[in-house]
Order: sequence, then structure tokens, then C-alpha cells
Amino acid sequence: MIRDHFRVLVVNLSSGKGQIVRLDGRNTEAGGSGLAALLFNKYGHVDRLWNDPEQPVIFAIGPLTGYFPLMSKTVCSFKSPYHDQYTESHAGGRSALSLCFADLDALVIVGKSKRLCSLTVSSRSLDIQDVTFMKGMSVDETGKLLRGMSPGSGHRTIMRIGPAGENGSAMANINVDTYRHFGRLGGGAALGAKNLKGIIIYGDAVFPQPESKEYPKLFAEVYRQITATDMMKKYHNLGTPANLQGLNDIESLPWRNLQATSDPAIEQINGERFATDNLLRNSACSGCPVGCIHVGYVREMFDANHRYTFKQVAYDYEMIFSLGTMLGITSTRSVLNILDEMEKAGLDAMSGGVALAWATEATEKELISEKETEVKLSFGDAKAYQQATVLLGNSSNHFYRLLGQGSLKASAEYGGADFACVLGQEMAGYATGEVFFAAQSLGFRHSHLDSGGYSYDQKHSDQDVAGVIDFLIKDEAGRAFMTSMVSCLFARGVYKDALLADCLNSIGYPELAATIDTAGVHIQKIRWQTRIATGFSPENITIPKRFFKIKTWKGSIDPLYLNTLKSEYGKAIIKLAGVTL
Amino acid sequence: MKKLTTPRIDRCIGCHSCSLACARLVHKQISWDTAGIRIHSSGGLTTGFKASHCLSCDPAPCADACPTGAFLQRKGGGVLVKKKLCINCGECVSACPVDAVFQDHNGAVYVCIHCGRCVEFCPHNCLGMEETA
Repeated sequence: MIRDHFRVLVVNLSSGKGQIVRLDGRNTEAGGSGLAALLFNKYGHVDRLWNDPEQPVIFAIGPLTGYFPLMSKTVCSFKSPYHDQYTESHAGGRSALSLCFADLDALVIVGKSKRLCSLTVSSRSLDIQDVTFMKGMSVDETGKLLRGMSPGSGHRTIMRIGPAGENGSAMANINVDTYRHFGRLGGGAALGAKNLKGIIIYGDAVFPQPESKEYPKLFAEVYRQITATDMMKKYHNLGTPANLQGLNDIESLPWRNLQATSDPAIEQINGERFATDNLLRNSACSGCPVGCIHVGYVREMFDANHRYTFKQVAYDYEMIFSLGTMLGITSTRSVLNILDEMEKAGLDAMSGGVALAWATEATEKELISEKETEVKLSFGDAKAYQQATVLLGNSSNHFYRLLGQGSLKASAEYGGADFACVLGQEMAGYATGEVFFAAQSLGFRHSHLDSGGYSYDQKHSDQDVAGVIDFLIKDEAGRAFMTSMVSCLFARGVYKDALLADCLNSIGYPELAATIDTAGVHIQKIRWQTRIATGFSPENITIPKRFFKIKTWKGSIDPLYLNTLKSEYGKAIIKLAGVTL
Repeated sequence: MKKLTTPRIDRCIGCHSCSLACARLVHKQISWDTAGIRIHSSGGLTTGFKASHCLSCDPAPCADACPTGAFLQRKGGGVLVKKKLCINCGECVSACPVDAVFQDHNGAVYVCIHCGRCVEFCPHNCLGMEETA
């Protein structure tokens, strides 16, 4: 699928028809993030609500997808139910290679089906099926049924939503192949608004190998770097949970709704403990030999006569933070049990956990009670959190419907905004300091992976506003190019610009290879322009007081430094977008 | 004479590196289908993975079914493939009891030739080469 243009399938669920569209822009928007922004500007409506039937949900891959290892991610873009602005979410699984082998650079879904449906596409087919019988069905049940209803076992991706997506929760995810997710900012609700329960992409096309002599040699060298060196070891050994102990040690791990940043109990739920007690096996995204997916297991006795049920749940650092330390849970088994409920409901585990942490403190402060929460929430009570997760996913009452739109929405009615751990959206697990708090608050996806702010905090104790802003802006541009290829960001240590240029050259994209810097800056700019056009303004984002009251390895948070960073970063974003607000 | 085996397939993480390597190195293609070894989940991702590949039958039913001599019995098991003789009839595909032969949309068929080039691309050492009996 090497081509100098984009080949896009646009499916209209209102008419039930699709159209192949050819678009220019390979040397400017590249693919992935850049292509997604290009497509939103073509098919999106900046002035209409996120759930307008005509709003697109976009899945895009890049020019290196399928051709090099770890080019294994898909960018999903949509207008978010969380803030009604343009956003992206990224996931792997089999999604990227399936799109590649469906001979598509992107899939765009517009319109709304009259009834709940599933969409199946391949390089030679397009099929929309009525799945009304799946209404309210959990993610795992949906996956099992879709598996039997569609072709291509092993060479397809199955994306689906759970009750949370059908209910319009701004924390609803899109589950990808059981263990991966387009997690944040409500992609699941964007599909739910279209009555689209599942998407199956069957990758059945075959492409000739690039003709250059360099390609096979370069592939072998990249593969060697990834598998034969220690460069990627941290991702497949303990995986990202290895960071739990380290961040706890430097007083940067949020505990109990960020009332603390360190606790000796970390030894009970650190990466080593999960690997020893609960790691069942590793799994991988298609096209990635690293195998960073850590699948944990829990065995539960459901009947006194030794009758057991067995759960397999993929865990990462972020879920252990949001459903473990943030909720005061110090048992690996309990974390996995709550996570399993999040998975079934189709809720983003990070957002859901942080929101429940706010609800727990709001309960402690008697702002809410069981009248709202239905179960008594208290830090450390795993059973209550399992029940609350089901209630949150089902939007079972006014409180949970509101909480599903975000902790700040709930606190606007019940109070407690000061201790809502929200940085643009529910926080990621890094209480590292001022740089990260400013970076996530204003980051394009409000993700810790938008830029390396959390890492900067851990390496710098000095205060250098200009240096930080310069770092964040430049780092984001580089990552915007990576997510246009579309690389897993775990591979950013391998895929430096020179190697990316070699890869692009070897498969026939010399012009893009020669302009990586400018393409990255351009993609960064159009993403921000698109977000700003849909309503983003740095002024509208506030950092709750809780973030000003914590202590990290650097000492207490300096309010002036944090406010200055946020203000200057906001100005820099508006400047790079070249717009006036 | 050696043959491809999957003695540690229980370690498979589903990265498809073996299939992609076969398609790339043997067939000069970018594909996870047109390969002598193809990875599938064994009833969903929670149950692990299985590999579809030639088990080096002797006699090989695919060779027996081939009407043009494109598939010839290989000494020690499996088949020798003469692509130029193939008429894309697909008889080998239906004759194989373990789904080891893949036929693409143009009718071309792909089966493991036991060259072993996929082995080094498995990050978990699932694959191996064994002497045939």
C-alpha cells in the first residue's frame, strides 16, 4: 500500500453505503495524526455537537504501518463527549495491521444507524449487520459473539463498545482485540452515538515487497535493535508497572485521590508483585515483537464447593495507579477485579478510577452519600468499587450519569472541585511536579504521552520556564510525527529522526523523509488549529487546588511556577497554531 | 533434511513476526497471509495462539491431490513447490487436513517449504528446525 496519496473508506451508517476516496497530502500530513486531522477538517463539523450524526469517527494508520516493527498503532480521532472538542486516542492490538491489509490508510464513519449495528470491512467487502440483540451487552460478551459472526480469525481486529459507550459516557472506551483500547476522552460514546456496537476489520490484502535493496537490510537492523538489545527490555520485563516503585520512592505516585504521593504499601502492588503473583503471560500487538501486554489472572471462588471462575485482565502502570493507589487498594487481586469490571462496562480505567477516587473523598467530606453512590465508597474497599464501576458504566442514576461526564461536571453540582484530580481530563498517574501538571492540563490529548513533561520533572529540579516551554513544544512536534507513521511511542528511543528517514526512504517516500522536521511541526499545528476551532482555549482550563498542595521529591509545589508554566504554555500553543482567540 | 516445527508455540505472543518474515523474505510480499506459517488465536485472544503450518506429511495429501505436479513429495515429508507448474486450482488447499496451504485472491497458493527463515524472527523462540526422520 505504498502510494503517494491516501486511500480512505468513508462509510455512511445512515445510508448503509461506503465510498472509496482518494486524498492528497502524503508529504505534508503523512498519515496517522496528520491524516486524521486532515480528514476531520474534510468530514467534521466544528460547530456541531460531538453526537451530531454527521460527525465522523476516524481511524488512521501511517506510511510505515506493516513495513517496520512497532509501527503497530492506529489513531482514532473524533469530537469528544468529554469537552466537545476535537481529539485523538491511540491503540494497537491488531487494528493497525488489519487496516493496512484492508488496503486502507483510513476508515471514516459518518451518519447514524437506525438500529444497533456492527460494521465489517476488508479489502474486498463492506457489510453492516443489525445487532440489536447486543444492546447493553458487555465488552467481552460482544467480542465473543462478533468473533463467530465475522471472517478472518487471527487476521482481523474486533473493536467494540460496552454499556458505557451506548450510554454516552464521556469515559467510554473502544475496546480493541480484548487487551487494548482507544481509552480516553470517550471514543466509545462517539461510536455509541452512531448506534455502532462493533467494527471488524479483516486484513486480507497482499502487497509486493518494496523494491529497494535497502529495505530488507534495514528491516533486519531495526528488528535487531528492538529485540537483541536492552533498549526495549523495560517494556516486556515487568512492563510499565515497574515505574510504580520508582515513582512512589520519589514521592510522585498519587495515593487516595492524591492526598499523598508515597506510601510503604506500594510493596504490595508494585510491578514485581504483579509479575510474581498475577502475571499469566505476555501478548503483543501485531507487528511488534516486544510483547509489552501483561495479562494478569485472577481466580475467584463463586461457590463454597470449590467452584471457581477465572479472569484474564491486561494490566499496566496506569490502571494500577487509577484502580490501586488512587483508590487505596493494596491487593493485586483486587486491582484486577475492579479492572475486569471496567473492561466489561467499556469504561476507560484511568478516568473511571480517578473519578471514583473523587467520589470517595466527596463521600468522606459528606458532599455526597449513598443516596447518590448507592454503595458506600471508602478507600480500600474493593468490593464497593466493583459495584460502583457497574453503576458508572450503566449510568444507573443521575449521579453516575454526571460522574461519567467527568469529576468536574459532578463537582459542579455537588461541590468538591478543589480536590477533583483533573488536568484537562482525569489525571494520569504522575504527581511529578509543575511541568507535568501544566503539560497534561494543556496537552493535545491531555495524555502523559503528548510530551515528556513527567520525565522532565524527574530530571530537573531547577525552574526554567522558557526551557520547559521550548522542550514541551519541540517534544510534541516530534511525537506528532511519530504518531503519524504510526509508531508505538514506546519505540521512540529506537526510531530517531535519522532512522525514520531511512525507513521512509527505503520504501519510497524520499520527500517525506527529507522533511520530517517541518512535517512534524505542520501536523502539530493543524491538530491544534482543529482543536481550537472546536472550542479549545487555555484560559478555560483550571488546575484544581489539590495539585498545588502536594509534596514531591522536589518539595512542595510552587504555585507561582505552576501558574506561570500553564500560562506560558498556553500562549505558546496559541502561537504555534497561528490563531487569535 | 530439516523441517519447521513449533515446539514452544505455547510461548507465542501473537506478534505475527514469523508470518511477516516468511512473506517478506520467501515470497517478496508484505502480508500476514501469503506465508508458510500463519498465526491465529485459538478461540479468542484469551486462549493463546496456534500456528498453521505444514506438518511435513509423508505421504503428503496435498502433493497427491495436485493434478499438475506443482506440489511434489519432499523426501522426509512436506512438499517441493514448482510454482511455474501451478494452475491455481486449489486442490492442495482442500486436501490439507491442517489448513497449512493458503490461497490468495488471485488463486496463488503458499505453503511452508521448511527453509527456516522465519525461526530467527520469533522473539520467544517458539519455532525450531528438526531433522526429518
